[in-house]
Amino acid sequence: MSGAAWGRPRPKAPVAAKAMTAFAFLLIYVPLAALVVYSFLGPSNGPGTPDAGTLVWYEKVFSNTQILGSLYASLWVGLWSTVGATVIGTAAALALERTRFPGRGVLEGIVHVPLIMPEIVLGLSMLMWFVLLRITLGYFSIILAHITFSVSYVIITVKARLHGFDDSLEEAARDLGASPWQVFWRVTFPLIWPGVLSGALMAFTLSFDDFLITFFTAGVGSDTLPLKIYSMIKFGVSREINALSTLMLVFTFALVMFFFRPSKGVKTVT
Amino acid sequence: MSAWRAGWRKVAEKARPRLRRPPLLVLPAAGWFLWFLLAPLAIIFVYSFASKGVYGGVVMKFSLSNYVRSADLIYLHIFWNSIKLATLTAASCLLIGYPMAYVMATASARMRAFLLVMVVVPFWTNFVVRAYAVKVLLGEQGPVNALLASFGLISEPVVFANTAFAVWLGMVTNYLPFMVLPLYVSLEKFDFSLLEAARDLGASPVKVLFKVLVPLTKPGIVTGLVFTFTPALGEFVIPDLLGGAKTMLVGNLITEQFLKTRDWPFGSALSLLLILTVTGSLVLYLRMEARRQKAEEGA
Repeated sequence: MSGAAWGRPRPKAPVAAKAMTAFAFLLIYVPLAALVVYSFLGPSNGPGTPDAGTLVWYEKVFSNTQILGSLYASLWVGLWSTVGATVIGTAAALALERTRFPGRGVLEGIVHVPLIMPEIVLGLSMLMWFVLLRITLGYFSIILAHITFSVSYVIITVKARLHGFDDSLEEAARDLGASPWQVFWRVTFPLIWPGVLSGALMAFTLSFDDFLITFFTAGVGSDTLPLKIYSMIKFGVSREINALSTLMLVFTFALVMFFFRPSKGVKTVT
Repeated sequence: MSAWRAGWRKVAEKARPRLRRPPLLVLPAAGWFLWFLLAPLAIIFVYSFASKGVYGGVVMKFSLSNYVRSADLIYLHIFWNSIKLATLTAASCLLIGYPMAYVMATASARMRAFLLVMVVVPFWTNFVVRAYAVKVLLGEQGPVNALLASFGLISEPVVFANTAFAVWLGMVTNYLPFMVLPLYVSLEKFDFSLLEAARDLGASPVKVLFKVLVPLTKPGIVTGLVFTFTPALGEFVIPDLLGGAKTMLVGNLITEQFLKTRDWPFGSALSLLLILTVTGSLVLYLRMEARRQKAEEGA
């Protein structure tokens, strides 16, 4: 980050700190590993005998139409909220990072509200607002709610990537007679699109994973995948949940790996 | 070098076109935030002074009864439960996260990138799934019990489910990244030669930690505490799934007002109290951040 700190010699971390780090990673990853391993184990034949390896839970997941329906719903909601949040957020990030105008500070502050406000408050405030506006609770209201918190993350991500953007390139294009539209699509967008992609991926992941805000704004009968998993856990534990959770883990891991893929010369935004 | 960079940034900042009106590009975002973020939050404020109708609707007649009611001992006790849980979570995350961030900041560039990904990946996985994973781990037929039994340490499975320990584990693993990342940002910029200087001048390791390292990374510590304490304060799903909802928390109480008893005004009043707590810690955080930026620009 700051260039100066890099060159300085760094001491080795004490063994106790390393042990604590290892312990923390155990706390984080052992439960996830247990979840995955148990998704491949069938019920044992009585106490004392080890569980047998099986794919039966995965077969159950893929033949459960309710689960597939909620997966479809999650993807649909994720897609539309990502499109909405990315367009709105990118436009705002461009203006916020590159111009100064009255109210800029206020808007910067508001951008951070969804990050710091407890999710439960965001969820129930939107529930009351939607009911007041007579917007039927369902997938549409979920998408509106998801766009609201995703826009903030898109703005922050795209802004971070815009930092250090060379304005003179656009100036050169304008001087050479390009229209504003041409400048945007031929010069600006190709330069900022990695940031836009990062923002879009983040918006999708957040939407796909969101539980609490969806919980409040979903109404009756519309289940996204996290809501479905929650109710499955509430109504009894079956290893079908392990299989489904494992699939979700794999999907999110793949997204994150793509997000954090080693890229030379481009700063990774966390 | 960094002074030069800061100076250059200042020049770039000044060179930005100064507009008289907000540009068109921010209008969609500004409108969206106004309509779907600020208006709903304002509704909480308005409803908190209304009262519940006979059939669960909202009657718009000004009263303070919801706030008077929330000062009842039962509800104060629930607030206290939430504050205790959030404090325990934030403190545990700091104790575990600080050494982690220190290890990351002092690791080689390769190791550092690896550790960062290791910290961030669970942050992106679904938190219901993560809570469930803890449930699986500690379940009666789970691996911990199987391991203990295979060593002959126990004859009956230990019941971890619905215990304070299960809730603690779920909360800490969930909120740890919120603590580690700001701490890492702080430690990454830290000038480690100061530690050596302090040691050379005869300070004990404990003294070096509390007189040099901790004071100079205070912004990271405060940010981490705010980012763990505030979301943990409204948390109820993890305690619900792992603790069997034995202790009532603010989150449960608020949710009940909206989904069960349909007393929106009382729920709004409780939410506003929650927002006030969060805003309080946010103001503290922003002050620190402003001071830090000032110090940085002066450097």
